Amino acid sequence: MAAAAAPPGLGLTLEPVLREAVAALDRAGVGESLAAALGAVRSSLAAAGGPAALGERERALFGAFLRSLVRAPGAALPEGVWQRCFLEGPPGLVFCVLLEALGSTGSGLDPREVVGVLEQFLQEGRLSALLWEVCQQQAQAGCPELQDALLNKIVCLPEHVSNKLQGKNPPVFLPQNYFPLLGDAVLQVLEKISDSLRGGLDCSISFVSHVLGKVCIHGRQKEILGVLVTRLTDLTKSDCMWQRICWRLVECVPDRWMEAVVLGFVQRAPGADTLSRLLGNLVVKNKKAQFVVTQKMLLLQYGHTTAVLQNLLGYLSLDGLRRTLLLRVLQELLETWSSSSAVKHSPAEQQLYISKAILICLSHLKEPEIDSCRHELLMSMMEGMKCHLDSSLPQLQRLGMVVAESISLKINTEGPVLKFEYEEDDETRELKSLLVQTPSFFVVPSLPDDESEKEGAALPLVPESSEKSHTAVPVMPDEELDAELDSDDDLLPYDMSEDKELKIKAPVYIRDCIEVLTGSRSEDVDKWEATVKALESLVRKNPAATREVSVELAKILLHLEEKTCIEGFVDLRQRAQVAVLTTDPIPVAEYLTSQFYSLNYSLRQRMDILDVLVLAAQELSCPKFHGNTKHSRAQKPCIQLPLGSDSSKDWRKIVDERIKSKTRRFSMGQSHVELVSCPNEFNSVAGYFFFPLIQHFDRPLTTFDLLGEDHLVLGRLVHTLAILMYLAVNTVAVTAMGKALLEFVWVLRFHTDSYVRQGLLSCISSLLLSVPMDRILADMTEELLETQSWLGDVMEKDPDGDCRRLALQNLLLMENLKKKLEAVPS
Amino acid sequence: MEKFSAPMALPPPDPQFVLRGTSAAVHTLHFSCGGPEPDIPLLFSGSENGFIHVWNLKTHRVDSALDGHGRKSVYCVETMGGKDRLLSQGRDQRICLWDLAEGRTSVTDSVFTEHVGFCRCSLLKVAQGRWLMAMAARSLEEVQILELPSKTSVCTLKPEVGAKLGMPMCLKLWQLNCGSQPVLLAGYEDGSVVLWNVSMGKVLSKLICHQEPVMSLDFDSEKAKGISGSSEKVLSIWSLNEQQNLQVYKTHELVNAGVSDITIRPDKKILATGGWDHRIRIFGWKKLKPLAVLDYHTATVHCVSFSDHSIPRERLLAAGSKDQRISVWSIYAET
Repeated sequence: MAAAAAPPGLGLTLEPVLREAVAALDRAGVGESLAAALGAVRSSLAAAGGPAALGERERALFGAFLRSLVRAPGAALPEGVWQRCFLEGPPGLVFCVLLEALGSTGSGLDPREVVGVLEQFLQEGRLSALLWEVCQQQAQAGCPELQDALLNKIVCLPEHVSNKLQGKNPPVFLPQNYFPLLGDAVLQVLEKISDSLRGGLDCSISFVSHVLGKVCIHGRQKEILGVLVTRLTDLTKSDCMWQRICWRLVECVPDRWMEAVVLGFVQRAPGADTLSRLLGNLVVKNKKAQFVVTQKMLLLQYGHTTAVLQNLLGYLSLDGLRRTLLLRVLQELLETWSSSSAVKHSPAEQQLYISKAILICLSHLKEPEIDSCRHELLMSMMEGMKCHLDSSLPQLQRLGMVVAESISLKINTEGPVLKFEYEEDDETRELKSLLVQTPSFFVVPSLPDDESEKEGAALPLVPESSEKSHTAVPVMPDEELDAELDSDDDLLPYDMSEDKELKIKAPVYIRDCIEVLTGSRSEDVDKWEATVKALESLVRKNPAATREVSVELAKILLHLEEKTCIEGFVDLRQRAQVAVLTTDPIPVAEYLTSQFYSLNYSLRQRMDILDVLVLAAQELSCPKFHGNTKHSRAQKPCIQLPLGSDSSKDWRKIVDERIKSKTRRFSMGQSHVELVSCPNEFNSVAGYFFFPLIQHFDRPLTTFDLLGEDHLVLGRLVHTLAILMYLAVNTVAVTAMGKALLEFVWVLRFHTDSYVRQGLLSCISSLLLSVPMDRILADMTEELLETQSWLGDVMEKDPDGDCRRLALQNLLLMENLKKKLEAVPS
Repeated sequence: MEKFSAPMALPPPDPQFVLRGTSAAVHTLHFSCGGPEPDIPLLFSGSENGFIHVWNLKTHRVDSALDGHGRKSVYCVETMGGKDRLLSQGRDQRICLWDLAEGRTSVTDSVFTEHVGFCRCSLLKVAQGRWLMAMAARSLEEVQILELPSKTSVCTLKPEVGAKLGMPMCLKLWQLNCGSQPVLLAGYEDGSVVLWNVSMGKVLSKLICHQEPVMSLDFDSEKAKGISGSSEKVLSIWSLNEQQNLQVYKTHELVNAGVSDITIRPDKKILATGGWDHRIRIFGWKKLKPLAVLDYHTATVHCVSFSDHSIPRERLLAAGSKDQRISVWSIYAET
């Protein structure tokens, strides 16, 4: 187009001028003549109608001219004039020559001078001229290799310059400055394209798309899209032409760079409707983009913020064609959410991410769409709820509950809705807020507001409505009223010193307690309550009497159900159980451990058994109680294990703390205050606590299958074993226990429940801390080495963060042991 | 708690006498001692085995035992006008009207309440031979007002939808003076006391007095002040201002939780409470000054009642308990 438009004969005038100039340069002649030659080139170029008017031959000649220009020693060149030659020449050619010059190591222009020209080149907006030039060539099928090379040079300019100048490049070449500049250039070109399209001329945008794609894949999305997205958001608001240009710009990005571009747009678009304007139906037209949007960003990655998710899914919901994708996405998300394997094996963060995505999808669903997939939604809800509730991690359980509630809310427009009881926290509140359609602009749920509102609502205990209700604030009687003859002074009170709190007389003998607790006289609720409350101290005060009936008492307590609502009943019962177990450890431990594996107990009871064993073991092994009176021990059990599912956390905390204190001791030497020494009562009985528990775990009963469904109890069992192992430090049985435990851990090491794995890792920690080093080395070197490699695996690959942390801790412990060992032998 | 026990304080008195023989827990008591001289002072007691015993207070013996509630617990007994007409309410969901004149012991009429709770009905004489009776109705939150003896329904008091008051637990029907509008005070399961305008069937005022169900309340229309107790450790005293608004006046903390009955003596000088802690407590009504703690029973005290003797110094206090005994006391009778 350009060459054809040039009047014939003009080329003839430029050609000799160029030849003359090249010759002058080759002569490296005197400044005067060179300046004249260069001046002639400039004026005839201008006369020819600018660089766009050059024909192929002239371009080649001009290239030769520029190349000799850069080869010429800088000092010889007339200052100011030679730079203009570059800035006025055809931008593509100039850019290539300059970068070649920068790349070559030979003599000629100083690299700093070349960079100086490049800087001017950028600042005078020649970059957009360059892009525009390529776009025009492309419309008439230019040379792809050349364009590729050019593309490379444009995108990698900061690196080239920086390489040459060893980092001392001018600020404009710093990526954070260069890419916004490039973005501006792209915008200018797009404007030109828009103009020429409006003028009815064809134009190719693909080179610009390539530039965009390559910049994005180089990780400069922030810089370039920061400029582009803001500007394009404005431009596309009301102009269809601009929308089409923008769609085309993204569509023409080659597949290999598509992901980076789409990701950049999704992250940076200020809202779903803007994103929809910018991308159009890209996801429908482009397979790669579809994969990125509907699969990769939702199912494979999980680091994106909620706002990005909202953008993405909002974008899918804003067009009929894309809505089918939205439904498909929801289906796939639900598949993942309701897959028990995913729930078991993927990290909690990812599950949170998927739950969020599901809730956002649900918020976009319309009534007819819900109708069409109500059954599928219901099925996935049931399935997913089950596997989430099966999980032993409270966070996952809660996620399951929130999502299931939300699905049920959506599919049961009338009729009862699923409702779980759980404590609301920030996470659940955020999740629930996602179910409400956010306006299409950026709305980050304002949590603090919600909270203050809640607090405000929780404060007053005042009835809300009722026309004449009053707050329960006493109306202070007036002073005058007081002075009235209104007084009770003529009435003399009787002695009321006997008016004390009513106490039910609790039984004084253990056998009476048994009678009350097993008695069928339901009337004596008060007595029963008093007995439950008094039992622990009674047991502690009468060890001999307790021993006579210890197993019977343990049995009664294990089966004791809450008859009336006593405050802290579970705690009272547990303390009594612990008291019985510590008073007569061997038979009671034998009884409890045998019951753990017998038929017809609820999971709760089995976990109670574990709790009691741990607390008693702790008490027996804890030296600080000796010397204190038995009574004070009764009031202050050494560690209050809270009940319910939270206790696992505390177990771990305890173990962690112990590990920490122990580790410190290794590295800092003996800084601990020595406790009063006394015999460890746990020494003689540790085996009775430990071995029966570890023996039967792999034999399923009809109602109890540790290796199957009841993995929550297995998790608790494993944690219990870890604590027992830790408490058995310095006992005789410790080595045998360690060996058994190591085997046990080895069998279960690939268990799918992360809570169980955490327990196993705690077991290893306890073992390393409790078993004497020489015994470890003598009896279980091989197992330990195997364990070490397993730990390494866990540390790298386990999806659960806590597991990875524990594994690392264990490896550090091993390392410490090794160091200590190295220090000792001398 | 304030310490009122001065060093010189007298020990609390023993019961004047004790009535035994109901052979079941006593749930309600009612005196009839106001009659002129030849009349024998009587005490009616209703017990868990469904019998109403008529105690002769001269001989301290049972005169007669009335069986009209199918052996289901009787939890409210009132006389209507004189000792010859009696009203009783039982767990058989019936309210019976008795004719006891000339030695008869027959049920003349009965009302089927269909109420499954144990909210005592409240009786108010509006004219000679005409009474209004408030009772908990079949529907859970409702109170029904009937005219007796015609048994015509006057109105039904329904809380607003969504008020969530729960069942009515205790009722007190009163009017400021003869001929003025009857008003009902009702204590509800959610701990609130509601003032109802009976003729309009509208809530005049509502006050949350307790966190637990209101077990009992009594009201002094002269001072426009009332008192209520619940299963908590607190007595709540509230007042009614001229705009018919209930306001908390003060609260009084008890040593033990649970108040099953509260009665203000007809002369409004003292009041008695029966507690789950087996004790009867006496307070001065004006300032709620604690006066005495009567510790005699060995189980929950279910009811306390003051006698209507016309001669003040003969006045008695009776308390019925789960331990099947009725203790009768003479306390502050001189003042």
